[in-house]
Amino acid sequence: MDIFLQLIVSGFLVGGIYALIALGFVLIYKATNIINFATGEFMMIGAYIFYSLSVYLKLSPFIGIPLVIVAAALLGALVERLILRHMLGQPNISIIMVTIGLSSILLGIAEIIWGSSFRSFPALFPRKAIIIGEIVLRSNLFYGFVTAMVVVVVFLLVFKYAKVGVAMRATANDQIAAFSMGINVKSMFTISWAFGAIAASLGGIIIGNIGGVQPTLGHIGLKIFPIVILGGLDSIMGAVIGGLLVGILENLAGGYLDPYFHGGVKDLAPFVVLIIILLIKPYGLFGTKEIERL
Amino acid sequence: MHIGDYRVTYASDEAVFVNATSRFWLGILFIFLLTFPFLAGDYLLFMANVTGITIIGAVGLNILTGFAGQISLGHAAFIGVGGYTAAIFSSRFDIPFLLCLLLSGIMAALFGIIVGGPSLRLKGLYLGIATLAAQLILEFVFVHWESVTGGIRGINLPTPKVFGIALDNDFKFYFVILTLVILCVTAARNLFRTRVGRAFIAIRDRDISAELMGINLLQYKTYAFAISSFMAGVAGCLYVNFLKTVTPEYFPLLESVRYLAMIIVGGLGSILGAIFGAIFMTFVPEMIKSLLGLLGAIFPTAMSFLFPFQQVIFGLLIVGFLVFEPHGLAEIWYRIKNYFRLWPFEH
Repeated sequence: MDIFLQLIVSGFLVGGIYALIALGFVLIYKATNIINFATGEFMMIGAYIFYSLSVYLKLSPFIGIPLVIVAAALLGALVERLILRHMLGQPNISIIMVTIGLSSILLGIAEIIWGSSFRSFPALFPRKAIIIGEIVLRSNLFYGFVTAMVVVVVFLLVFKYAKVGVAMRATANDQIAAFSMGINVKSMFTISWAFGAIAASLGGIIIGNIGGVQPTLGHIGLKIFPIVILGGLDSIMGAVIGGLLVGILENLAGGYLDPYFHGGVKDLAPFVVLIIILLIKPYGLFGTKEIERL
Repeated sequence: MHIGDYRVTYASDEAVFVNATSRFWLGILFIFLLTFPFLAGDYLLFMANVTGITIIGAVGLNILTGFAGQISLGHAAFIGVGGYTAAIFSSRFDIPFLLCLLLSGIMAALFGIIVGGPSLRLKGLYLGIATLAAQLILEFVFVHWESVTGGIRGINLPTPKVFGIALDNDFKFYFVILTLVILCVTAARNLFRTRVGRAFIAIRDRDISAELMGINLLQYKTYAFAISSFMAGVAGCLYVNFLKTVTPEYFPLLESVRYLAMIIVGGLGSILGAIFGAIFMTFVPEMIKSLLGLLGAIFPTAMSFLFPFQQVIFGLLIVGFLVFEPHGLAEIWYRIKNYFRLWPFEH
């Protein structure tokens, strides 16, 4: 029973961090209908930039994190302007492949700059383990979860109340109507890529702080797909719920099934659930059903 | 020189090779392909064999993705299913190579049907994600079902035999692969002159309209998955027999992505494009390797950047082609051909 609770709680915490990364994906999908396979690489690049700032330049995290946010926003906006803008109206396969190509470019560049070796982060949070009742939590995980949740809430508030957030929601809702109300739809695309990159790279810093950083860190980006299928591709709250569920699911699967299969179940379980969900509900659990007309 | 597009009989309208010029050049190509192994060195012969196998796989994927419009991120896994089928049948049950070829294709086609079955309900992005999941699940099975697949150590295969001749070197393998490539390419080319192929194209262009015109979507989407995976299975069988071993490392997600990249660089919805893409994507990494080898004389550390460099170039090729030349190499080829065909009267 103790193990069960332990697995659930730590899965919940990991899931909160996944939720932040999935948010980086959903923000882009919601506004532009683009499936971003490079979310994981945005995350990895963010983590590396933060690593360089705090290790090579010895900046404090309070300067480092804002700088990473600026860099990520620039990267996201640049990618949208230079590449994705040309892909408007192209078929799905082309758009998927462009982001896959992008992820390959980012991965290669990161490896050329930072090398392929594993690097561990300097400690960001107090090291003392958190103990609640009988559950022992790694401090990195706990504080990481708290930070991720704070960031998610900030994003939610921006969406709800800030002018730019309202404009983004309007664009997502109906591009033509938004356009006629004086919203610059194209710049909304750029902004949502910037926001998506910011969310992903903050997630990257948190994940890097827990497990260190290496170029393959971006593979965590694959976990986004079960999350968004659970939560709906275009729902922000769905991303949060999906993230938490996937975190718990993979921890339970890993904890109970890995010994029988010699590892690997942890990463696989969400995808098995994904297939089952898609078989029953083809647009995900909370996704918008697309109505097609001729 | 060939001028105009003048057809007076149905026979000439239906001809595969439209005119004498194209028949002439195909003859030249055929003679070149037959004499190639006598002239080429070991390295080129090896690369030619790998390219041939890749062509079969790429043509298969282009039928599914380029012609029928169904995105698949799991093509490498289907190739893997074919490969493992071949390895298990030939190493455990001593089944002859040619029969293995057929069985691998059928097994892969079965898996294709299972994965493609939901494609009636899943569209576009969702289908892409479902095939991604299938790829990861099959990869897991390859690694973890050790009693059958041999886990990460894999399976070693005996030397395959065709009509009593042991295919113990690249030279003999070349002719087997060449025959199969010609068979597959011809079959694929002709597929799109039949009802089934035309139905695929209709489904790609607008599935609802296709359904209204009386095309059974489930049936034809299943056909598309089955045909494409069958070719993938054949390619897988050839690949593992050629390398004489099979491990899960041959069929990662990256390989699926590489196949998609091939048909995009070559040209979606074009058999010729799949061939160009397969050749291009097999030789470009080798060229990068030799380029870095040359640079290694000046910068001793150049070789250590090989993998990331290939990654960047790979990504740039995909993005570059999609942004600047979405119809791929096949389109460039047609343009060049038309330039010469119409010269000097371009308009």
